[in-house]
Amino acid sequence: MGARDQHGTGAPWGDEFRAVGKSLRKIEGLSKATGEAVYADDIMLPGMLHAKLLRSPHAHARIVSIDTSKALALEGVHAIITGADLPICYGVIPWTKDENALAVDKVRFIGDEVAAVAAIDEDTANAAVRLIEVEYEVLHSYFDPNESLVRHEPAIHPGNKHGNISKRVELEFGDLESAFASADVVMEEDFVFHGSTHAAIEPHCAVARASADGLVTLWSSTQITHYVQREVSRVLGLPQSRLRVIQPTLGGAFGGKSDPFSLEFVVAKLALITGRPVKMLWTREEVFYAHRGRHPMQMRYKTGIKKDGHLTGVEATITIDGGSYSSFGLVTTYYSGQLLTGPYDFPNYRFDSTRVFTNKPPCGPKRGHGSVQPRFAFEIQLDELSEAIGMDPIEVRRVNDIGENTKTVNGQRVTSNGFGRCLDEVERASEWKTRRGKLPLGTGLGVAGSMYISGTNYPIYPNDMPQAGIQLKVDRSGLVTAFTGGNDIGQGSSSVVRTILCEELGLDPLDVRVVAADTDLCPVDLGAYSSRVTFMVGNATIDACRKLRKQIVEAVAAKWEVDAKRVYLGSGEVFDTEQRETKITTREAFEIAEAFHDTLGSTGAYNTPTLGGDYRGGSIGASPAYSFTAHVVEVDVDVETGMIDLKNVWVAHDCGRALNPMLVAGQMEGSAYMGIVEAVFEDHKVNRFGLHSGPSLLDYPLATALDTPELHALIVESIDPEGPYGAKEAGEGPLHPALPALSNAIYDAVGIRLRELPFTPGRVLTALRAKAALDKETKGASC
Amino acid sequence: MLAMSTPISLELSINDDRVRASVPAHWTLLELLRYELGLTGTKQGCDKGDCGACTVLIDGKPQLSCLILAANAEGKKVQTIEGLQPAHRKAGGVGLDPVQDAFDRCGALQCGFCQSGMMLSARALLNENPTPDRTEIRQALSGNLCRCTGYTQIVQAVELAIAESTGAEPESPSWSDGNPWKSTTSLSGKNGGDA
Repeated sequence: MGARDQHGTGAPWGDEFRAVGKSLRKIEGLSKATGEAVYADDIMLPGMLHAKLLRSPHAHARIVSIDTSKALALEGVHAIITGADLPICYGVIPWTKDENALAVDKVRFIGDEVAAVAAIDEDTANAAVRLIEVEYEVLHSYFDPNESLVRHEPAIHPGNKHGNISKRVELEFGDLESAFASADVVMEEDFVFHGSTHAAIEPHCAVARASADGLVTLWSSTQITHYVQREVSRVLGLPQSRLRVIQPTLGGAFGGKSDPFSLEFVVAKLALITGRPVKMLWTREEVFYAHRGRHPMQMRYKTGIKKDGHLTGVEATITIDGGSYSSFGLVTTYYSGQLLTGPYDFPNYRFDSTRVFTNKPPCGPKRGHGSVQPRFAFEIQLDELSEAIGMDPIEVRRVNDIGENTKTVNGQRVTSNGFGRCLDEVERASEWKTRRGKLPLGTGLGVAGSMYISGTNYPIYPNDMPQAGIQLKVDRSGLVTAFTGGNDIGQGSSSVVRTILCEELGLDPLDVRVVAADTDLCPVDLGAYSSRVTFMVGNATIDACRKLRKQIVEAVAAKWEVDAKRVYLGSGEVFDTEQRETKITTREAFEIAEAFHDTLGSTGAYNTPTLGGDYRGGSIGASPAYSFTAHVVEVDVDVETGMIDLKNVWVAHDCGRALNPMLVAGQMEGSAYMGIVEAVFEDHKVNRFGLHSGPSLLDYPLATALDTPELHALIVESIDPEGPYGAKEAGEGPLHPALPALSNAIYDAVGIRLRELPFTPGRVLTALRAKAALDKETKGASC
Repeated sequence: MLAMSTPISLELSINDDRVRASVPAHWTLLELLRYELGLTGTKQGCDKGDCGACTVLIDGKPQLSCLILAANAEGKKVQTIEGLQPAHRKAGGVGLDPVQDAFDRCGALQCGFCQSGMMLSARALLNENPTPDRTEIRQALSGNLCRCTGYTQIVQAVELAIAESTGAEPESPSWSDGNPWKSTTSLSGKNGGDA
């Protein structure tokens, strides 16, 4: 990590920030307000064909034969492809490439892609799909992860050397035996996290065009343009330089558009075959089956605590249901253990996580990748331990706060840390001290905390190149255009870039354009995942701005024949600090600089420092900065019906510095919503045949404006030493505490501990009845 | 065998324009708007009436265009998101419809995909009741699913539009002591509000 990657935390050119910290409009907001923004399915190209997929009706089967002749004979059908046309495996993680764009030999879940048709319109393509004849030999299907742990024949991936085990990670730090021996209370319990899916409102869509000169352009609703370019070019046998991937405006992602997906390979291949543009839009049902959502986990946690509140050790055993493919599963398995080691300091830790394959839609990264499930379990157990030692749950969390400039038990470097202030904020805002434990039966408050990464130093495929790159082009008109590979998925990535350009170069927001996520035009950036964008793209942008500013200031100083230190640039004008009447506009300064240096531009980059523990996997979960969050949830539980009414969530989040408070608050509220409704409304499950239990937005209910509680975002700024102006992430961390804080609030409300998700009325009533029976028994025994 | 149906000729009123189109008889209003007329501001999220992204105003009422055959929209006035600003200008307004502007200033447009429908539902509510309370706002928007915002900044946007139309002071958000939206009224948002 060089000087390039650190730029200070204060206002760059004066005492105060000009753009940073202001709640500016988003750069693309008005185009979305008017309907002008172009999303993938809004793209219509002349002569465009429409493609549809044939999907497997079996959860696990061998493909004996495929006959496409009848379908091909249908008028309006232009091409049909099967696995034989795209035989090369892909996968986002280089070591676990186990997917095919279209099934080769085997299908592994109901919905697995088997064949694709390109036709004159969707109706014809659908009709042709029905004419494709496939003979299957049905195999034993696995739906229970516990079966996959012990049974390996038939293997879901016959080439996998560990049978139906996808990945196992076992790591131990310290001495668990003495940790539990020294504790005053040790608890050991089981927790179950169900599956949930992203359900972005925009379904996946891709459009491809193959030009006569062999260049392929692919527009896709992806959140990681770079990985799509790498994988699609490899599978198609195209040099990477001849595939241009463009992310149009994206209608939500949340991790669900991180993998390369079948439709991207298929439309590119069909465009090459037919010589015509091809579009594929997935139906809502297809999106549910494509999934890559939150992994179901069965977790056993054992934790020791002393009477003074200090934790002595934590032990976790976790079984992860990965579904049918690897996706990001290697990382998920590590994250399930590696990311629990803050915000609390516990000196001894062991985890043993095993991800298995089952014949269900593949799981992947969903907002808070791999760490939302362990956080759910641990924060409930922490609440129980607090009660056991008779200490306020917020106080226990304070006692164990890991603090700043320290290392976690697994060797992760923690720099800035505002967790204590997050606890203070939710305690104050929720009136915790006067209300918790004192509310009427049925109403309760619960707390939970968490820590999350601001990007990772693990770049998916090992390389020494920057993780974030950006390029600036300066125009004589006064316009500066930034070209960034960063994917704006609605979270405000391009708005962050604009804010920094305004801050560094003193520009009006309307004099900044941002061109993003187009592999032909933009330097490589690793995309929108792992909460890396603000930190990494932000630092790269500052780097590029400072280089550009130096050129401009140098040219103006030469023209004025003064020392460059005297030239101030930063407030829409450029002046001599010792002779204020010598003053020009920024545009005039650009002209002087262009005359002096020739055509003006600059590049910027960011890479992480060397981070992580000195052991295998020690860099997974290592981040240049960690964000911290605390939630207090207020809930009403109806003891007659078991219905849960979500009232309030106070969410305090340490984002380092809020570059745009309104956008930070939006991420915090969106995260808190996504977490808490996942606990009550959502359940991504398949039945005993492998069919999704309700692949629609009605049967997989999403919370409406009426169901969602009042969300109170409380921004905490710890000013990170390495973040851009001190900023850290805000897009994923604030989700984590929502689910355990809800469980803890339900306990405060009606005295039941819910350790299994989702919190359905049936589960609530069962727990209430069990509690009533136990209360009666205890009462009887004491008589 | 083919699910193709004979095209039918339609004459519709879309955003105050008289539009003639010939589309397959089974096409929905959503398909007509998006794939025949190029009015792609209306979005398809589920195509079965669950998400509300395809909401348009039909004779002033929010309706799901994916559940209405194009043919059934004949004789009615259809308004899409593309028609909102022009209608505001026609009525003597300047800039954007206050609902659109408030959504932008409040950060309600994250991915934006659900927001065309959301803004039209909000517009229909305010036309009917210029000063709804928060529960009425939440009720009116409950047919439009949003996955990004948790609805907070959407509700704030509607309340800001109401406050500015009545001259009242909007309630401060939890993350700001004052009115952070006051100084973002200029389009460039140059003097954006402090947190």
